[in-house]
Amino acid sequence: MSKLTRRVFLATGVTVGAGLALGAGYLATIDTDGLAGGDGHNGAAKLNAWVEIRPDGTIRIAVPRAEMGQGIYTGIAMLIAEELEITLDPKTVIIEHPDELLPVYTNFVGALSKRPEDMGGPIDWTMKKVYASVPFILTGGSSSIVDGYHSMRLAGATARTMLVEAAAVRWGVAADSCHAANGRVLHQASGRSVAYAEVARDAARRTPPSNPKLKTQDEFKLIGTPQQRLDIPDKTRGTATFGIDTVLPDMLFATVVQSPVFGGRVKSVDSTAAMALPGVKKVVDLGDAVGVIGETYYHAHKAAAALAIVWDDQGHGGLSTASVSADYLKALETGKPYVKRNDGDVDAALKNGQVIEATYETPLLAHAPMEPMNTTALFKDGKFEIWSPNQSPTVVRWAALKANDKAKDVVIHTTIMGGAFGRRADGDMVNQAAALAVAMPGVPVKLVWSREEDILHDTYRPSAIARMRGVIGADGKPTAVDFKNATQSAFLSFSRRNMPFEMGGDSDPANIEGAVEMPYAIPNVRVATTTIETPIPLGFWRSVGNSNTAFYVESFIDELAAAAKADPMDFRRDLLKHDPRRLAVADALKEKSGWATKLEGTGRGRGVALHTSFRTHVGEVAEVTVAADGSLKVDRVVCVVDCGQVVNPNTVEAQVEGAVIFALSALVYGEITIEKGRVVQGNFDRYDMVRLAQSPKIEVHIMPSRELPGGIGEPGTPPLFAAVTNAIFAATGKRIRKLPIAGQGFVLG
Amino acid sequence: MTKFVVNGHEFESNDPPDMPLLWALRDRLKMTGTKFGCGIGLCGACTVIIDGQAKRSCQVPISNVAGKAITTIEGLAPIETPTAIQAAWIAEQVPQCGYCQSGMIMAATALLARKPNPSDADIDEAMTNICRCGTYPRVRRAIHRAAGATASAQPAIAPATGAAHE
Repeated sequence: MSKLTRRVFLATGVTVGAGLALGAGYLATIDTDGLAGGDGHNGAAKLNAWVEIRPDGTIRIAVPRAEMGQGIYTGIAMLIAEELEITLDPKTVIIEHPDELLPVYTNFVGALSKRPEDMGGPIDWTMKKVYASVPFILTGGSSSIVDGYHSMRLAGATARTMLVEAAAVRWGVAADSCHAANGRVLHQASGRSVAYAEVARDAARRTPPSNPKLKTQDEFKLIGTPQQRLDIPDKTRGTATFGIDTVLPDMLFATVVQSPVFGGRVKSVDSTAAMALPGVKKVVDLGDAVGVIGETYYHAHKAAAALAIVWDDQGHGGLSTASVSADYLKALETGKPYVKRNDGDVDAALKNGQVIEATYETPLLAHAPMEPMNTTALFKDGKFEIWSPNQSPTVVRWAALKANDKAKDVVIHTTIMGGAFGRRADGDMVNQAAALAVAMPGVPVKLVWSREEDILHDTYRPSAIARMRGVIGADGKPTAVDFKNATQSAFLSFSRRNMPFEMGGDSDPANIEGAVEMPYAIPNVRVATTTIETPIPLGFWRSVGNSNTAFYVESFIDELAAAAKADPMDFRRDLLKHDPRRLAVADALKEKSGWATKLEGTGRGRGVALHTSFRTHVGEVAEVTVAADGSLKVDRVVCVVDCGQVVNPNTVEAQVEGAVIFALSALVYGEITIEKGRVVQGNFDRYDMVRLAQSPKIEVHIMPSRELPGGIGEPGTPPLFAAVTNAIFAATGKRIRKLPIAGQGFVLG
Repeated sequence: MTKFVVNGHEFESNDPPDMPLLWALRDRLKMTGTKFGCGIGLCGACTVIIDGQAKRSCQVPISNVAGKAITTIEGLAPIETPTAIQAAWIAEQVPQCGYCQSGMIMAATALLARKPNPSDADIDEAMTNICRCGTYPRVRRAIHRAAGATASAQPAIAPATGAAHE
């Protein structure tokens, strides 16, 4: 998602254009610092846009990033607390996603792929202001820590300085004779100290310091140390409130039935039988879906099954997985290639040696987060109030206004999420809930999708077919790699559903991200893509294009190593000598995995894959056991991660463990197939998941690093696919080029 | 009318007898700690304990719980005194998104009530809940910790530990 709006604005020439249209004078009024104090919520003193101190000493930290399980509430709080000099105790520190869509809450890295502190000069200034004026708030692209690493520490340091100054003024001493620790300001010379809460009001009225000194990495006390997550105690008691847990007085419950064929419309709906059931309040034609409002989800769901809907499939009833694959193959042959990288002379190099060629195919994937899609909406006095588990309140706002563009306001309460993995960047369920609320004015309506609707109407990871060709030189090293894939543009599909602009297509970076950046020292490399269009709704699935490309590239590198009769680990290391960080990851992986030792037992194999995404380098070695009947066990996965400066190692480990299992489910079972324009799967019975009993032993090793932080929510996912299939090759000699492996004669035992 | 007891409190329901217990808990009693995940009894997010047995409440019509005692996640312990399982869940930092964890904890609670020192194979068999965040290795460690099978805070999974107690 990171390049999303940049591409929108660049593509339409709006960036500078909008800047000029809006005027520098107007843009200058957009606050992109957020450091001014004032009055906060519930009588608190606001020290800046992130930190408020309540009279009882409770510190409220506003985190304008959505907590979907990745631990960001704690991560951002750690960055602030490091400089603010407070203890992170869930009893005294309250983390809230703010309701206000302030310009300063923009995710600048998400929007511009550039750290905000690195943005200087008039163009950066203009782009930053334009995005802030939207404001562009989202959680995705593993960008929250990257975006906040500097600005959140600055917010903490600014607030601390103002508190120290306020105490110094009260005592009539010099500010530099005081210091802060554990939520108090101390004056060592006189032995006096005061709690932050007592001077917070004075502090909030002070002018923020222009350039408070930030700690060096040597001075960090919190950052880089394992911290317990602040949200976990509630998650063990059933008291954490997810979007689906929203409870409001007199609330009604709703569910939807959506056109089974993608792009279909409601031709007619007979609700007689549904309305005759108990507890049913209303049936609403939503155009491409029918909503039912009832006393509980049970009533709404039962009535939905009793609806007699006639659909118009809008001519999309012939779409199938086979037809899409055929179109991909055709596009590979005849589609105009969009070439994103072209080093050396690939065509010449391919004529100079024996060409190794492989074609890979990856399926559509559903996100299927455990919390089904839901939104609660109230339309009252011409205003929307929305309770929503979402990755972008900006998208939520647009989605609600689509249900009634005359609405005077949209107030959004962003809740924690029961997983998202990219799915909740979309506003489809928000738009439906808003439309149902308009049909039931003054009454809060909680829309909850069934799991079937979730699987049948996800915004899927695009499927793709990739063809790779390569040549090994006389020295045993590859001289050329030629990559071309045919896929569909996630950005095109997403923008059509959610954005005021349309963008994407062949130039969509998600089509081939991860292949373009192939790091190996190969003199001739070409990376190209071509796209087809279908009515299949597509979106961003944990690691986006990398989930496809890492499988192709790391499988093909393994095929080249086999052709060169080289050890797959050393073959890669040899091609990374120019790149110390990636080489160090590979070296550590070789050691930690015990690569040089022999695996005991029959049917055993070890496979390696390396991949960089979202500024983080990850290497994974999988160990498998394959029985003669194809029954597969993934015994162990060793991961080495270089994500730069670590904020919370506990979270880094958890995210990588989780990414391995997330990817393993997709590798083994993950496949959405289409017949007659509609999805075949519908629930976890046909879209299965890895369970505890099948989980490998997972080891996560974090490289010590002082480089700027990279992302961590997604980068553990991409390498797992090829690490396992390369291990299966090592164990059996069978090369898997099509996913999932359940369709390739292997069953996870 | 159907009467049943949830966490020690008696409730009466006038809803149709086929209403799944899950929706009586969530939408009528507003006890939202028990989660909806799939509606077909596969994922385990809605797990509650009925007469000592872990049950998937989306598959239990209220007519089946007439007169029975149900324990939900909210009924396990007061906030300040978590059960050994909840404490182990915090110590091992199990939850990520946390949505499946009510069901996980209820399934683990029923398991430990039945088998105080479960082996890895027992855990494999009892813990069939789906977690999309992939917390399974930590779930296993937390169950062993709660069982007292792992006294130390060793982060590595120790497959032999539980088995040795069988």
